Amino acid sequence: MSIEKTNEFRPKIVAFCCNWCSYAGADLAGSSRLGYPADVKIIRVPCSCRVNPMFILRAFEKGADGVILCGCHPGDCHYTTGNYYARRRMTLLFSMLDYLGVENGRTRVEWVSAAEGVKFSTTMNEFVEKIHSLGKNVRLEDLRCRN
Amino acid sequence: MQELVTRAKELLADGTVVRVLGWKRGDLSYNPEPAYFNSQEELEQFVYDGFCGANLSKYMIEGSKKEGKTLVFLKPCDTYSFNQLIKEHRVDRDKAYIIGVGCRGKLDVEKIKAQGIKGIQNISGAGIEEDTDTLNIRTIYGDKTCTYGSAMLERCHVCKGKEHMIFDEEIGESKDTKDADRFAEIEKIEAMSPEEKFAFFQKELSKCIRCNACRNVCPACSCRKCVFDSNQFDSAQKANVDSFEEKMFHIIRAFHVAGRCTDCGECSRVCPQGIPLHLFNRKFIKDINELYGEYQAGADTESKGPLTSFTFEDAEPGIVVERR
Repeated sequence: MSIEKTNEFRPKIVAFCCNWCSYAGADLAGSSRLGYPADVKIIRVPCSCRVNPMFILRAFEKGADGVILCGCHPGDCHYTTGNYYARRRMTLLFSMLDYLGVENGRTRVEWVSAAEGVKFSTTMNEFVEKIHSLGKNVRLEDLRCRN
Repeated sequence: MQELVTRAKELLADGTVVRVLGWKRGDLSYNPEPAYFNSQEELEQFVYDGFCGANLSKYMIEGSKKEGKTLVFLKPCDTYSFNQLIKEHRVDRDKAYIIGVGCRGKLDVEKIKAQGIKGIQNISGAGIEEDTDTLNIRTIYGDKTCTYGSAMLERCHVCKGKEHMIFDEEIGESKDTKDADRFAEIEKIEAMSPEEKFAFFQKELSKCIRCNACRNVCPACSCRKCVFDSNQFDSAQKANVDSFEEKMFHIIRAFHVAGRCTDCGECSRVCPQGIPLHLFNRKFIKDINELYGEYQAGADTESKGPLTSFTFEDAEPGIVVERR
C-alpha cells in the first residue's frame, strides 16, 4: 500500500480567529458537524486587534496562499473596542497590498460570532474556493522559505 | 544666513541656549550635514542654503535628553514633524528654542545630475537670501546653469505651505513652492492593472540595499526598539531581489508611521538608491484622508491619530475591492 500523491493544488490558508467569538464559532461549526476544508489552519489570537500587519505578511512570506482574519462583530468585542482598531488597520493594509499589485481576494476580514457556526463554515468554504481560483501565491512568497 | 548666525551667537552669549542645532558645511558644497554647535567659534562652520534639506526635528529627541536648552532651526515642513514628536512625548518643548527659518524650496543634487550636469565643483545661487531662479554650476567641464525649480526635491513641489506650525521666533521669508498635486503619482499607480503595479514596485524595490537610511532619518520612525533590529525578524540582510522581503520591509516601515507621517519626504531624499519611498507613505495618507477624513499629522499637538481612534461607522476592509 502506498499513499497516493496527487498534483492537485491544495491552498494553504491561515485563519486568525479571536478567542472569544470566531474561535468559539469554529468550535460550534465542528460540534454541529458542519464541514470546512482542512486547508484552513486556525491560529487563535486573544483579539482581532492582536493581529499585527506583520503577522499577515509573514504568513504570506512563509507560503500561505490566503489569510483570513475573523473577529467579533463590531460592537461585540470582548475588550469593547479592539475590533474597531483592527478594522482600520486591516483596511489600510489591504489597500496597500492592492496598491502593490497583490491580487485582492487573498486577504479577507470576516466578523463571526460564537453563535455563527454556519457562517464560519460557509465563509471558510467560500474563501478556500476563492483562493483555489486565484491559484498559488507567488507574489508574496519568500524564495528562501520555499521547500 | 548671517542673520541666523548672529542671532544664534546672541542666544548663546546671553545663556538662553547652551547649544545650537543646525547645519554645517560638508565635504562638498552641496552636502551640508546636521551638526551641533557648542560655542560661538564653532558657529563659523554654520551654513544654511538650498541644500540644507535635512529635517532637524528628529535630532531633538536626543537633544531633549541633554542638559539645558537647544536652539534648533526648523523649516516650515520640519515644524510638522516637531509637533508630531511633541504629541508622542518624544521631545521636550521646554528644552527647545525654535527659530523658524525661511525656505524657498530645497535642492536635490541628484536632480541636477539627472539633467546631465556632471563633475560639479561649485554651485551658486542656492543661497537663502538670493532671489534668483537660476543656479550657476561650475563643473570640471565648464560652467552650466539650470533653473532652481528643476533642481528642487520632490517634496518641495508638493509643499505643505510656508507657515511654521511651531516656533519661538521666525527669521527670513518663505516661498510656497507647490506646483504639483500631492496625490497625482499615487492615482497614476492606482489606475494601473495589478500586473503593472506589481512590476513597477518589483523594479523599484529590488534596488533596496536595506541600508535602513529611510528608517533612521524618519522623525516618526523613532522607536527605542525597532522590529527590524530584532533577530527574530531574520531579514537583517539583503535578500534575493525577487523575493517578498523588500516589499515586506517597506510595507511595514510605512505602516508603522501611518497616521503619524507628516509627509516630510526625508525617506525619499536620503535613499541612496533613489527609491520613491514617499509613494508608500502617501498612499496611506491618501487612504486615511478618503476613508477617515482629512488629516495632517503634526498640524497640531492635540488631535487623535487616525489609527488610534475609530468611529462605529468605519468602512469594512472589503471596501478595498469595492472601490476599484
